[in-house]
Amino acid sequence: MRYARPNNAEELKATIRATWALITPEQCHRLIDSMPRRIAAVIQAKGAPTKRDDFNKVQDLKDNPIRSQIVEAFFDRRNFQKDGVGSMEEIGFEEFLTVMSYFRAPALHTTEEQREEIRRAKLRFLFNMHDTDNDGTITLEEYRHVVEELLSRSGSLGKETAKGIADAAMLEVASISVGHMAPDEFYEGITFEDFLKILKELEIETRMNIRFLNMDTTVLCK
Amino acid sequence: MSTSVGFYLWRTVFILCLVNPLMQGLNGEESHHHHKETNITGLQIVKFQWHHVEAPYLVILWVLVAGVAKLSVIELNHHVTSVIPESGMLIIIGFILGGIVWAADMQQTFKLTPTNFFYYLLPQIILDASYFMPNKLFFRNLGSILIYAIVGTCWNAAAVGLSLWGCYEAGAMGHMDIGLLQFLLFGSLISAVDPVAVIAVFEEVHVNEVLFILVFGESLLNDGVTVVLYNVFEAFVTLGGPRINATEIFNGIVSFFVVAFGGSFLGILFAVLLCLLTRRTKNIQIIEAGFIFVVGYLSYLTAEMFSLSAILSITFCGVCCQKYINANMVEKSVTTVRHAMKLLANGSETIIFVFLGITAIDKAIWVWNTGFIILTLIFVFIYRIIGVFFLTWILNKFRLVPIEVIDQVVMSYGGLRGAVAYGLAAMLDEDRIKEKNVMISTTLIVVYFTVILQGISMKPLVQWLKVKRAAHSDLKLVEKLNNRAFDHILAAVEDICGRIGDNWWTRGWNRFEEKYISWLLMKPKARKNRDYLFSIFHKLNLEDAINYVSEGERQGSLAFVRSEQAANIDFKKQFDSEFADMMPDMNYEMGIENISVTSIVKDSIPSVCLDIHGQDRKKSVDDFNAHHLLQQHLYRSRKHHRHKYSRSHFSINQSEDEMQEIFQRTMRSRLESFKSAKMSVNPAKKIKHYRKEQTHMMANGHAKSADYLYEVEVDFAVRSETSATKEHFTLDTYTVRAGIENPAFMPDMDTTTQSPPWLTETEMDTVVAPSQRAQRRLPWTPNRLRRLAPMRISNSSTDSFLMADVFITEEEPAQKDQTKM
Repeated sequence: MRYARPNNAEELKATIRATWALITPEQCHRLIDSMPRRIAAVIQAKGAPTKRDDFNKVQDLKDNPIRSQIVEAFFDRRNFQKDGVGSMEEIGFEEFLTVMSYFRAPALHTTEEQREEIRRAKLRFLFNMHDTDNDGTITLEEYRHVVEELLSRSGSLGKETAKGIADAAMLEVASISVGHMAPDEFYEGITFEDFLKILKELEIETRMNIRFLNMDTTVLCK
Repeated sequence: MSTSVGFYLWRTVFILCLVNPLMQGLNGEESHHHHKETNITGLQIVKFQWHHVEAPYLVILWVLVAGVAKLSVIELNHHVTSVIPESGMLIIIGFILGGIVWAADMQQTFKLTPTNFFYYLLPQIILDASYFMPNKLFFRNLGSILIYAIVGTCWNAAAVGLSLWGCYEAGAMGHMDIGLLQFLLFGSLISAVDPVAVIAVFEEVHVNEVLFILVFGESLLNDGVTVVLYNVFEAFVTLGGPRINATEIFNGIVSFFVVAFGGSFLGILFAVLLCLLTRRTKNIQIIEAGFIFVVGYLSYLTAEMFSLSAILSITFCGVCCQKYINANMVEKSVTTVRHAMKLLANGSETIIFVFLGITAIDKAIWVWNTGFIILTLIFVFIYRIIGVFFLTWILNKFRLVPIEVIDQVVMSYGGLRGAVAYGLAAMLDEDRIKEKNVMISTTLIVVYFTVILQGISMKPLVQWLKVKRAAHSDLKLVEKLNNRAFDHILAAVEDICGRIGDNWWTRGWNRFEEKYISWLLMKPKARKNRDYLFSIFHKLNLEDAINYVSEGERQGSLAFVRSEQAANIDFKKQFDSEFADMMPDMNYEMGIENISVTSIVKDSIPSVCLDIHGQDRKKSVDDFNAHHLLQQHLYRSRKHHRHKYSRSHFSINQSEDEMQEIFQRTMRSRLESFKSAKMSVNPAKKIKHYRKEQTHMMANGHAKSADYLYEVEVDFAVRSETSATKEHFTLDTYTVRAGIENPAFMPDMDTTTQSPPWLTETEMDTVVAPSQRAQRRLPWTPNRLRRLAPMRISNSSTDSFLMADVFITEEEPAQKDQTKM
């Protein structure tokens, strides 16, 4: 399980199910021991699925400048189905897993198409995070908002600076994606295709990933 | 007398022409003559004193020769260097030079001695490599690098040594006076991948960054291992086989940790010292660039003194200090450091390779042992491959992003040996190691083989295997922004699933660093505006500004030469007194600014002036900086002969006259624009409804409605934002106060024939976009976009400012719906 490198969300789920069967009795005992504490937590949450508030309770997340965008991504329907619209109020484990699966590491042997597919999926996730009104483009307002939040904690940079940086970045995107613009042209925002183009060199498939599987279970089940 | 002088002159020329090899031969004869002639002539006007200068002269001549060699390699042989890497070519040139020396002297007088190499040539290369090390990448892959550097090197040393010994015992090399320990010693010195060779070859190949950092990082860090192994085995050899017991071996292992970590720690200590030093150099900026070299070298020597790993020491010194000293020093010093560092490193790299070639042409060191050499080559090559593949196999189980097979091939093929191995071999003690010369010649063969042959085949191999290349990307703001967002997202997701992972640690470290380390090591002011994104933004803005100027100049000088008629003489008198009032302040401001552009930028609150019409003067500083560049660019021809020599100040363009002139030009064009505003159909007042952003400032303009200058400014702001910033800035300063009249001002006014390009109306219809990033909402407002379109038809200044008015009137209706007012 630890070294499994699933290629897509389905495989990941299958692997998880397989691992489920491998959980040792000791682990179960430890889990049982920690049961009272966790039951208390569930009671506190009134047994409901995960809500936004639950994310806001995560201690380390408090200092994250783009917390709201990240949390929102967990409730964004677009990340669960291809043509989902709007956001959910609460999510279950299945949804949580789906969002997490966007952060899986690439497998050792992937074909070019698989890589491209993973890349698109990951970028789509990022794109959705920026494109809050789901109109297929990241408009200047949306982008400014993200940049402002992003820089809001870096101390010396004021709001105006953030705005300036966002504008400059937008301009860059415009010049990259459209090229030479005619005088009366109007760049209304970054489309997903542009997004793919500008982040071509980011090698996202090798960077947007997190190590989940070899985590120390003792930390979780204390 | 004259003949004597002529004789000496002739001889000097002769000696200069025939480079040193002949000089050696001439030496004896020279001094002989010298004495003779001293006896003949009583008083000498010119004395030939070769012995006084011999040592430094030879050094410098060799440096020159190496430089010329590099030049010829690069310049004359483009088609050759595309096949053979530069390092290989330099070695080959070294062969030729060595041949010349040999032919002249019949012995090799010049060779690479270990002392020269380790004390004068190697440090700057390592310092350069570490100073330019991509830190984030390096530390992210540190685990893998350490595994390769430590385990890999040990494996190579042991395997090569033992295998050679095995073959020797089997009788493959004939009879040699050598034992197991000597073989292990040889294995340890030949096992290390050489940073100099790796940098030289991989720099030209452009493999992807992870692969590069793995090979490069390994080559830097494995030195600690090599030095320890070398020392331990040398000590063992000295002790002799039977007296080695468990304690000694244990000591050897302990000494490894002491040497490696001690060296690294020492380096970090010196890095801290360096940061603290540069923190205090506010008033002596001219020498601050020197500190890094001095302290870096000191860290190297100190580590050497305590017999710790000197390379590790200087590596960590460079890696740790780069961030802080770059923030602490003014931009000019940073540039100086960068260039000087590259110069030194490049220079000594060239010298090393040339001398590696020269050293080969020496009968004395060549003891040919075919079996030994061939077996060494094979073992070095094979064990490198085995080591890399095995270690990668293990690492891939733990790495999040596995290392691909192709990358592994390149890694194992990139195991180049170089001058470090040769230096260590040359340091061997001949009394104890009888077969020293065999080792040296084998090492040299291995070096030539790896650097030349593997170097040549590296590029085709990389192409053939389709190794992922480094994406050569320009500085892109979007990317950096996304990177930043990325880090936060990854950290957040780790938080959410409650895992203490890499990102958690990274973030924790960043916070700690920001809170305490930066506080300790950085200037308070540098701390404020060191934000990475901001600095990139700043850099891009500057770039735009520079591009703008050069583009403008490329477009033709017409735009820059304003005819006399363009100057409006009528207005001169009218504003006479006002100008004079402004002068002192203006000069004052400019004077300060001149001392150092960057110091102003650094000292001020870092806010960007995208909001150029903002009232806060500080906001315009960034663009003002850009304008300073523009000014320097334009006035360069004049300032050349206005240098004032000063050892501690290196600021050009300090002449007051020039500042006055700049000011006058500014004022003149402002006048023109004012005039045009008055004459045009739409008075300036209407223009102020032009854009939303300006309403703020307009309020101000209304308050002082009698003030012409504000009107002018508004007009100007609309016309060209770049100039507006400056105008605004200057206006702010001098409208506030009144000063003494400056009578010197007026005459100059008449003589000015040129006007700075960014102040003229011609700017309006240039094809270039002036400082695009400094413009707000550029993609959305059509009037901004006009700059992107090739609208320039006429450069004639008189027309152009009228045209500019026409543009404004035309745009007015289009803009109206956008404004609220």
